Amino acid sequence: MTSTPTVLDDVTRTESSLRQFLHGLPGVDQVGAEARAAGLGTRSIKTSAKAYALDLAIRMVDLTTLEGQDTPGKVRALAAKAMRPDPADPTCPAAAAVCVYPDMVATAKETLGSSGVSAVKVAAVATAFPSGRAALDIKLADTRDAVEAGADEIDMVIDRGAFLAGHYQQVYDEIVAVKAACARSNGEDAHLKVIFETGELQTYDNVRRVSWLAMMAGAHFIKTSTGKVQPAATLPVTLIMLEAVRDFRELTGQMVGVKPAGGIRTAKDAIKYLVMVNEVAGQDWLDPDWFRFGASTLLNDLLMQRTKMTTGRYSGPDYFTLD
Amino acid sequence: MSDRIDVRKTYKLYIGGAFPRSESAYSYEVKDNKGKFVANAALASRKDARDAVGAARKAFGPWAGRTAYNRAQIVYRIAEVMEDRRPQFVQAVVKSEGLTASKAEKVVDAAIDRLVWYAGWADKITQVVGNANPVAGPYFNLSTPEPTGVVAVLAPQESSLLGLVSVVAPVIVTGNTVVVVSSYERPLPAVNFAEVLATSDVPGGVVNILTGSAATVAPWLASHMDVNAIDLVGVAGDHGLATDLEVAAADNLKRVRRAPVAEPDWAVDPGLDAMTAFLETKTVWHPIGV
Repeated sequence: MTSTPTVLDDVTRTESSLRQFLHGLPGVDQVGAEARAAGLGTRSIKTSAKAYALDLAIRMVDLTTLEGQDTPGKVRALAAKAMRPDPADPTCPAAAAVCVYPDMVATAKETLGSSGVSAVKVAAVATAFPSGRAALDIKLADTRDAVEAGADEIDMVIDRGAFLAGHYQQVYDEIVAVKAACARSNGEDAHLKVIFETGELQTYDNVRRVSWLAMMAGAHFIKTSTGKVQPAATLPVTLIMLEAVRDFRELTGQMVGVKPAGGIRTAKDAIKYLVMVNEVAGQDWLDPDWFRFGASTLLNDLLMQRTKMTTGRYSGPDYFTLD
Repeated sequence: MSDRIDVRKTYKLYIGGAFPRSESAYSYEVKDNKGKFVANAALASRKDARDAVGAARKAFGPWAGRTAYNRAQIVYRIAEVMEDRRPQFVQAVVKSEGLTASKAEKVVDAAIDRLVWYAGWADKITQVVGNANPVAGPYFNLSTPEPTGVVAVLAPQESSLLGLVSVVAPVIVTGNTVVVVSSYERPLPAVNFAEVLATSDVPGGVVNILTGSAATVAPWLASHMDVNAIDLVGVAGDHGLATDLEVAAADNLKRVRRAPVAEPDWAVDPGLDAMTAFLETKTVWHPIGV
């Protein structure tokens, strides 16, 4: 268990110590968390702060397409959009990544690689996304495939059934194993994002527990949802995860990123999340390396608001690509 | 002589089928023609205009997609509900325009009749302005009118009911959705009209009514890239403002119905111009015998 920080060695030694630790985490005050999230959502972000927030949010977008109907053409179009979200405005920053199924990684990589500007990464969902219901060796093979195809980041899903049944060790071991499968032959790692599917975890306490579990198992990022289950990302859930990464860094010195995904459609929502990141986790997380949005329609709204700020007139959806 | 306390009303906007307060939280005093306080009306801000355009855009697809026959029924229904509330409208016109009761009744009747008249046009306008064009080739060549989209209308300042109906009905009956800025000094008939719309089968967002100043709100509507057309009749006579609005509207090549020098006489037969101004002609070539 090389990935586990030494302070938590004792915790992850046995299933019972793991359970004891997770169940010993303080419970989440549901009303308090929701009130805090709602309160932070009322902040008014205007003028230069808004312009900064919009650009930052664009840089944090993992432009996502995870449909059965995805074609190479669609993925190419999406990758092109990630590199130049607003072709009419060269000052518009690029998105953080495109997020696709493993079989589309090569296509995405090809489009992104062919241009010089591309700092845009390719994230692939793996481990029998979105349900996570497959044997471990299949999940690992899925992961290795995506890594070999050139994925920079792997978005894995946890086995929610095992987690809810209390088999924490199994979930932990799976994350560790998938992380090992993210290793590339040249010694580098694909970054690992662990998806909890918080809409299926029932309670905020579970969200806090699974956050700690994933961080101890070595996740680089913790991610709320697949986008396939409602509710997807919500402000209170993200608040709890941000508290977890903050506390984890305090305890171990290691920083873990957070990615809310699904259901964030407007620039206004995105700015609420950014306010929360700043207030709960701290400024260090206000960076695409440590906070991402998993979204598809969000980007167009961000671009529309950005255009409104630069031109001074309201823009319309006709002027941005349909994805 | 009554010792009952007045119920002093503060009216709201009509956006997306709901009656929200202005985002700005401002309202203004509406006075009758003798300067006596009548009610408070919401003072629409730029963000209300933005919200109204959003609601109109959302409503446009389904509204344009309805059959013309169904739109006719709905516009006729507006007339029916207005007829039921006739005394209320008469009173609003008396207060707003300072007419005598009998003249106000005539105005209300004319407004209701105009709705019925436009309702009848919904499923006939295509036959009149559309065409089967003769072409030199084995094709059917058909031109049909299509709604322009989201239309911003600056309602007439003087004729607060008949004028309002005369600019709103032709826009919606052909399948457009509309954001109306009502008369600034005479908003009450528009507010009552909103209450009629809310209870007469008109889907939310098809008509959105903003009470307030055209000079404040109109520039945002004119420059809004998601508004497809604008009717400037409400700034009739204000050449400077009308010119500014036309310039702003040029950015996305909006259809502009230009401001006349003076407000027209709404009592005369309106003709088809108000409808055709916000229709686009779509021409389809369809091969014969393939």
